[in-house]
Amino acid sequence: MLQLYQSTLRSRLLLGTARYPSPAVLSAAVRSAGVEVVTVALRREAAGERAGQGFWSLIRALNVRVLPNTAGCHSVKEAVTTAHMAREVFGTTWVKLEVIGEDDTLQPDVFGLTEAARILCAEGFEVFPYTTEDLVVAEHLLAAGCRVLMPWGAPIGSGRGLNNLFALKALRAHFPDVPLIIDAGLGVPSQAAQALELGFDAVLVNTAVAQAADPVQMAAAFARAVEAGAAARAAGPIEPRDFAAPSTPVIGTAFRP
Amino acid sequence: MQVSVIGAGVAGLSCALELAARGADVQLLERAGAPGPAACSWFAGGMLAPWCELESCGPLIAQLGAESLPWWREHFPGTVLNGTLVVTHGRDLPELTQFARRTGHCRPLDAAAVAALEPELAGRFAHGLHFADEGHLDPRAALSALLERARACGVTVRFGTAGGAEIRGPVIDCTGLAARAVLQDLRGVKGEMLLLRLPELELARPVRVLHPRLPVYVVPRGAGLFLVGATMLESDAATRVSARSLLELLSAAYALHPAFGEAEVLEIGSGVRPAFPDNQPRLEWRGQRLHVNGLYRHGFLVAPALARRAAEALLEGRHFAEVMGEDPGQRRLA
Repeated sequence: MLQLYQSTLRSRLLLGTARYPSPAVLSAAVRSAGVEVVTVALRREAAGERAGQGFWSLIRALNVRVLPNTAGCHSVKEAVTTAHMAREVFGTTWVKLEVIGEDDTLQPDVFGLTEAARILCAEGFEVFPYTTEDLVVAEHLLAAGCRVLMPWGAPIGSGRGLNNLFALKALRAHFPDVPLIIDAGLGVPSQAAQALELGFDAVLVNTAVAQAADPVQMAAAFARAVEAGAAARAAGPIEPRDFAAPSTPVIGTAFRP
Repeated sequence: MQVSVIGAGVAGLSCALELAARGADVQLLERAGAPGPAACSWFAGGMLAPWCELESCGPLIAQLGAESLPWWREHFPGTVLNGTLVVTHGRDLPELTQFARRTGHCRPLDAAAVAALEPELAGRFAHGLHFADEGHLDPRAALSALLERARACGVTVRFGTAGGAEIRGPVIDCTGLAARAVLQDLRGVKGEMLLLRLPELELARPVRVLHPRLPVYVVPRGAGLFLVGATMLESDAATRVSARSLLELLSAAYALHPAFGEAEVLEIGSGVRPAFPDNQPRLEWRGQRLHVNGLYRHGFLVAPALARRAAEALLEGRHFAEVMGEDPGQRRLA
């Protein structure tokens, strides 16, 4: 079971809701993967005029938890304002906090992120910060009041998988009790399985599913990979070795070539 | 037989023409006082690109779009059939590979072939795709040509009224988002566009620039005019164009060709496209009224094919499962 703030969830796959061929395909993907949490990006104008109602009512009809995100925000002020709007629109204190520092890689601005996290946590938000794999930044985010971290695997939408294995393993080892969700950069289910095998608690996927030729089938594939990865982690994988370790004893075999 | 068509966007106009062509006595009613920005057709890109749309839209749109191409050539002489050019900037090459794999019906281009098709783009793109059988048109010119043609075919056209006492006979309802009270799963998807004037640049066909975040298209409108579109926002309000959208559209146009930096901005517009949850168009009976709706961003692309089906459904009682569903309650007798 996955514990995120006060919520206990069965599914360890979170889905983003952008860039699907249609809301109907999104809805089918959510169902086929048994997803319990979806992220929704809020455009400020849509919130201001309540103009996104058509889409939001389709999101509500999915009957899953909504994790609003501050996608596309470049400053602390912008992110905080968007979080306020999201709380009002979706009636939740959850917020996935994104403060983008660099447009080419969509790398988080970790300084703005920690500051925005401090403000929002103090206001009672339950913050899910989209961060890098940096240990010290993670410390600061926890000190700011975050109880869940979302380190990137690779730049958003790049499909490159877990780019910095060394640092991601260190992060896991350093914060054994903090729920860690790999957010961004996954391209195929095997990478999601790998994240869970390494001990990460969950993954968030959007582009890899939404832009697949068949998003519904891809969502189901990710769900199975995540389940397999979690089961493998629980089952205790063997340590890799540098030489063969025969699974049948060689002593006593009758003939050796 | 008397028939009323409500809504004089591209759907309503093509329905009126298809009904008149089958001998019906048609009146076309439009809420707005004159043809113009009340219809989202006014802000359309005007690309007739059934195969490019296969990238994200499924086979039905491609089928209806391919079926509609000859109709456009026959009903609107301004229809240009020069194909579509799809390009991407060097580092986004995976986008082009994926696009080609999902669409088909195109040929790959190298730098020389891109330059041969569009000399103005020489040296700017190392790879491209040419969808030779696609076309484009100027939506506003097309709307007024269809209106003229409808009048010439004996269609009575009334502006400034959406029905009520005016209605005669069964109705084809092409009112888009205005039908939302009845078709409750309709939603609005906003699109923003720019009209630029740049006489020194010449393009023979629409150019789509693929990009992971900001895909954009530029459609030549002749006489040095270019339409740059279009954003896709899950929003029901067409009231304004955001600075961010403008920035995205302009920087994408500038990246296509730096000459766009000198272009004159003639118009900044936005429309809200009606869409069903599956983003597919639908013909739906409600009593004596046949709704033609949910054309989404495919109005000009698919309207003629839908109009033919709507006319035959209404006049001959035919049922088209691909756009009317399998529900036998939607089957009618003439």
